Amino acid sequence: MKRSEVTIGRSGTVSVRRSLRSPLYTLISAPIVVGLLTVAPWVLPAQFSTTLTNFYILVIMATMWNLLAGYAGMVSIGQQAFVGLGAYATLYFALKGINPFVTIPLAVLVCGLIAVPVNYLLFRLRGGYFSIATWVVADTALLVVGTVAVLGGGTGRLMPGLQNLSPAQTAHYSYLAAWLVALVVVFGTSLLLRSRLGLVLSSIRDNEVAARSSGANVRAARRTVFIIAAAGCGAAGAVLTISQPFVQPTSVFSLQWAAEMLFVSMIGGLGTIEGPIVGSIIFFALQQSLQQQGAWYLVIFGSVAVVVALWQPRGIWGAVRDRFHAEILPVGHWVEASPTARRRPWRRRATERSTAPSGAPGA
Amino acid sequence: MTWTNVVIQGVLIGGFYALFACGLSLMFGVLKVINLAHGDIAVVAAYVAVFLTPHLHLPEVWAFLVVVPLFGLIGYLVQRTLIQKSIDRDPFTTLLVTFGLSVVIENLLLEIYSANGQVVNIGSLISQSWHPTSIVYISYVSLTVLGVAVLVLALLQLFLSRTGMGRLIRAVADDREAAQLSGANYRHVFGIAAAIAFATVALAGIAYGMMTQFAPTSGGVNLLFAFEAVVIGGIGSLWGTLVGGIALGVAQQIGAHINPQYQILAGNLLFLLVLAVRPQGLFGKKTAFA
Repeated sequence: MKRSEVTIGRSGTVSVRRSLRSPLYTLISAPIVVGLLTVAPWVLPAQFSTTLTNFYILVIMATMWNLLAGYAGMVSIGQQAFVGLGAYATLYFALKGINPFVTIPLAVLVCGLIAVPVNYLLFRLRGGYFSIATWVVADTALLVVGTVAVLGGGTGRLMPGLQNLSPAQTAHYSYLAAWLVALVVVFGTSLLLRSRLGLVLSSIRDNEVAARSSGANVRAARRTVFIIAAAGCGAAGAVLTISQPFVQPTSVFSLQWAAEMLFVSMIGGLGTIEGPIVGSIIFFALQQSLQQQGAWYLVIFGSVAVVVALWQPRGIWGAVRDRFHAEILPVGHWVEASPTARRRPWRRRATERSTAPSGAPGA
Repeated sequence: MTWTNVVIQGVLIGGFYALFACGLSLMFGVLKVINLAHGDIAVVAAYVAVFLTPHLHLPEVWAFLVVVPLFGLIGYLVQRTLIQKSIDRDPFTTLLVTFGLSVVIENLLLEIYSANGQVVNIGSLISQSWHPTSIVYISYVSLTVLGVAVLVLALLQLFLSRTGMGRLIRAVADDREAAQLSGANYRHVFGIAAAIAFATVALAGIAYGMMTQFAPTSGGVNLLFAFEAVVIGGIGSLWGTLVGGIALGVAQQIGAHINPQYQILAGNLLFLLVLAVRPQGLFGKKTAFA
């Protein structure tokens, strides 16, 4: 564990470190989990790998939404704009004859580029007006794409370039694509949050006014996050197009994507890396068990999300972390008094009494 | 001459957008809350009008006499419970909670009443219209809705400027803490504002059901139009909302006249244009901007 020491006033030193637990747990278990999930489609029945593919797509979207809302404080209900644009970018490049799997990074690029002018328009509004304006942008994107005849207009079009693969191959490859993109997005997000930008974002999440007055460039950080989230949702749209190769405007630009991203992040835990993943697991469990009952899973999930927002705003993972100080992918810092005496800092009370100098901040 | 008719249709539909939007505007002005379930409340009101009034042996035309006060009451209760609770946390939570409610309401309606379109049945009134010239065509229903919108906006303006409660609402909107220090119970004032917002949007919902078919998903589309009307007209201005609604309606009708596919797109493009060129809207104050 890397520690850095900071001297504060006369009271002595504090040490700052990433995690209260040894990173060995994560370092040992992560490759095992990654390895198992990589070979999963060859082992599990086909329907499981389809469900897992959809699960990864939701994890990608929810992670991006969490970055927007949980860290940068922007409630977007128009992220389906970038899901749809990613899907259509993939379709467009595939129609040009490019390999569908190669089009994923291109779709990411296209969505990131579109987000640049869009964020300048949207950032003129704030709070709830920003939210509805994102929806207007999504609606506009849907209507514009629906007028382009080459892309199938309002009825949609079959994704080319996948027909020479067998159904099993398509399922395996699209599983791997979704899995790889999800890995990149989740680990990329955790690296991002450990960077300087991440520090700014965490400070915005905790107290925007204090962040501003400490010199953080809040607006620039928000712009960056908006563009990254657009690119990430574009990747989700691209993977979606490959896994269910018929692109239809009303389904790829559906408001349901925004609803799912929002509910999943909220229930799992806003402002944590693990939250959206936990939320996605719960969402899929509920959806699979209620799939005979039509839209009831959205009614239940939405109600739970409202309850969580009001009574447990940190979500499930937030509660777990507060209770057990557990983080799978640590992105914050723990500040503790006196670098030598606190071997087991999660037993805070005992050590604080014996070693903590007055005025030193807690965790 | 066709263009005259296009503009007249735009003005007529614009009145409806303003009626739909004034509750949204009031909720934001007073509570600083954007109610993302605003459109869905209108749709619920329309469903209540269609499915409840037959039990009361009331013609559906008069449904609003029951439904509007009922929704005022519901508005007060929802504000004092759910919305107040989320305001107490932070503005961010109000967005999450109202969006959650919106999705829940929409899918509940879908499960209970299916996706089939419904109408508020007003008999032969629906087809009657006035033809001042051979091309201009003015439906009595749309004209009535425009009249009702202007009346509601005028009454709201009078209420806010002339009555004691109106003054209280404006005081709380301007400075909540100061109003509270002077003895105002701001939670009650919030409840009254929400009651007015819910009542007006219920009226708008029934009007919508009289003019055209509605389904569980109609709420979202209408919320977008109402929001566009508010931003085009200028946030915080009631009469600006009427002008914004009319501008939006005219833009949509012009788009539809060129190609029916462009109806909604033209409105969205006008909105984005206003946002790019004059973000405070036509009559707005600079309050909702970053």
